Amino acid sequence: MAKLVKSEEEVMLADAARGFLDGAAPVAHLRGLRDAGKTHDPSLWKEMADMGWAGILVPEDAGGSDMGYAAAAVLAEEMGKTLVSSPFLSTAVIAATALRQVADDRAKDALSKIASGEITYALAIDESNKFDPQATDLKAEKVGNGFRLTGEKRFVVDGGLADRLLVLAKTDAGLTLFDIPADRAGVERTPQSMIDSRDAAKVAFDGVEANGEDVVGNVDDAMSVLKPALEAGQAVLAAEVAGVAAGAFGMTVEYLKERKQFGVQIGTFQALQHRAAHLWCETEVTASAILHAGRKLDEDPENATLAVSLAKARATATASLAVREGVQMHGGIGMTDDFDMGFYMKRARVTAEWLGDYGYHAAQVAKLRGF
Amino acid sequence: MARETEDLAQFRAELRSWMEENCPQEMRDGGNTEGNICWGGKNWKFQSEAQKTWLERCVTKGYTVPTWPVAYGGAGLNRDQEKIFHEELKRINGRLPLQSFGIWMLGPALLHFGTEEQKLHYLPPIARGEIRWCQGYSEPGAGSDLASVQTKGEDKGDHWVINGQKVWTSYADKADWIFALVRTDRDAPKHKGISFILIDMETEGVSTRPIRLISGASPFCETFFDDAVVPKEQVVGEINRGWDVAKYLLTHERTMISGGGQGLGGGRSLGAVLSEEEHGLEDPVLRSDAMRAEVDALAISLTLERYKDMAEAGQGTGNASAMLKYMGTELNKQRHELIMAAGGSDALEWDDGRAPNWLRTKANSIEGGTSEVMLGIISKRVLGLPG
Ligand SMILES: Cc1cc2nc3c(=O)[nH]c(=O)nc-3n(C[C@H](O)[C@H](O)[C@H](O)COP(=O)(O)OP(=O)(O)OC[C@H]3O[C@@H](n4cnc5c(N)ncnc54)[C@H](O)[C@@H]3O)c2cc1C
Repeated sequence: MAKLVKSEEEVMLADAARGFLDGAAPVAHLRGLRDAGKTHDPSLWKEMADMGWAGILVPEDAGGSDMGYAAAAVLAEEMGKTLVSSPFLSTAVIAATALRQVADDRAKDALSKIASGEITYALAIDESNKFDPQATDLKAEKVGNGFRLTGEKRFVVDGGLADRLLVLAKTDAGLTLFDIPADRAGVERTPQSMIDSRDAAKVAFDGVEANGEDVVGNVDDAMSVLKPALEAGQAVLAAEVAGVAAGAFGMTVEYLKERKQFGVQIGTFQALQHRAAHLWCETEVTASAILHAGRKLDEDPENATLAVSLAKARATATASLAVREGVQMHGGIGMTDDFDMGFYMKRARVTAEWLGDYGYHAAQVAKLRGF
Repeated sequence: MARETEDLAQFRAELRSWMEENCPQEMRDGGNTEGNICWGGKNWKFQSEAQKTWLERCVTKGYTVPTWPVAYGGAGLNRDQEKIFHEELKRINGRLPLQSFGIWMLGPALLHFGTEEQKLHYLPPIARGEIRWCQGYSEPGAGSDLASVQTKGEDKGDHWVINGQKVWTSYADKADWIFALVRTDRDAPKHKGISFILIDMETEGVSTRPIRLISGASPFCETFFDDAVVPKEQVVGEINRGWDVAKYLLTHERTMISGGGQGLGGGRSLGAVLSEEEHGLEDPVLRSDAMRAEVDALAISLTLERYKDMAEAGQGTGNASAMLKYMGTELNKQRHELIMAAGGSDALEWDDGRAPNWLRTKANSIEGGTSEVMLGIISKRVLGLPG
């Protein structure tokens, strides 16, 4: 397997991303959106698409750059550091990965529209308050040559504004993945006002018509397209979450050097030094799991489940610690909305739930390790 | 999987057939445990004929110290080849042929700071398992504050006269030589007056006394120097600059203690280990703790790999070993807590063997620098915190 060191290309990609995001999407950008009652900035996404980010996992013949999962993770980590709000994960990672499992013209067309930034996607999968694809109950009833979808999804991330929805539904003999426009008759979207100020929605399907063209892959066999897409999403999300942890940690270390009490910098107190050092160790260990998951998806995707769940579990736990320590070590100011730490804490909590929480992924690890 | 280059694939194939032919069956019993290590040394008594054969065969190929240059008894393997070496050894469940403080600690320090003469003189006997070394760092008054060592060396022209006491010297009673931190300039600031000196344990005036540990076994000693005469040239690095050597050596020691390569249960799943117990993982609290520990163990193993890859790419820093040591040893202690919990009253009998191992792990976060000292190093050197 390729080395667990970022390649020169990956380092350059990270630097370029950082340079762009520091100007175009610092945390203040998210704050601005929130204050304006918005969850998404189409012009920012357009710029990202123009830089090739939307097509990072789209094959070259469909207009993408096909740079692979480790590279997508590098971008996501940089986005996480400043809490960049965009449909990158839903569209460029999850939808692109699902669609590229299918070799038909319709999928190719959709992929090229993803790469150009023309369309955005959201994955409609959760039906309870926890991630559990196998428990899908939304029905796609067979009617004549087509299907009729009835049921409800929630926590559809990026679902309030996405152009299209990937919907997991129950069919006669299994699960089937549908790709339908969000404005099709019978689809009703209700935005959820989430703590992280990002787009999420409940989506009701009231007898929504679909036909064979709308099926991604084969009927009753969602998992052969969805499993790779979910694993890609989980691994790249883990990288974003590691970025969230790094952002919160960076602010905290700066504050330890700056804030004075008892006539000295608070960073001279060993009680705080050791907690900060411990947190750094956790972030380093998590970084290994993230890089490894990206390499595994690029080189041995059939056997990546353990690596992916390890990355998501570790990232979730580390970010949780980073934001809790982040608020505590800032004292009162950490609790104020004027200060950015709260944004990190909220994003960490939302991403902890998205695509499987710590318990879900630790259980996956345990299962694969013979527990 | 990315395919191996042709060279590496051929290396693997040759190594595989060499191991198949040369590793005795008895040495393929699942890897190393505390009790079956081959330490070597003048007084070493092989535990079996197979242990001896395996050592001898590996010595001829340089496989006791695969990455050391051939001139000093190694096989000159690069990082990719080294990885393959360990993968292939694991594939046949083979034991390491030899382990020692010479391999883990002194060797790397000599390779970095030794003169060519010293390398040629001291390294091959380590590689062949002929000379066993122990570490004379700690003293009764110098533990975490290691640079305050008081054992003194007087310059007598062509030799040193050494007086003082070391403590916690692991295996001092079994070792042939000791590498020791000795104060050779009492007037200089504490870090600037220490020399790194190599001393034959048979030297007149050197003696040891065992210390009994809570884990029962007693490979630890106090070591005394009473007018011991040591030739002048047995100093590694510059006189009074031994602290540099000492620190460099510690980074290797810490990586080793962190589980580098074979710790963390030799890669065996904690769940698999605990499932063998009478009540297995029935207890939900035990199960959940074990799941967390397994997640952390896998990620820490990957971190060891990542840091080796980084070192090879020239991005390594010595301070990282503090992180590996802290995370690896704290996890290892946790792992043994869970093993004891799963073992219940069965694990409480001395003869069962689990209790001594559990007790011994408590030293992991003390020896080689305590967890608190590791966190101190990270907060100052990595995070740049004040004070
Ligand atoms: C099993 C075992 C094997 C060993 N083998 C060897 C060997 O072969 N050769 C050798 O030279 N040494 C050896 N050692 C010694 C080991 O390196 C020392 O025990 C260790 O460095 C700690 O020193 P100390 O025991 O004096 O504890 P102290 O330094 O007295 O520490 C006591 C406590 O105070 C804490 N503390 C100290 N300073 C600070 C600080 N600045 N901030 C916060 N907390 C602090 C420590 O973390 C610890 O919890 C061994 C020790 C053990 C237990």
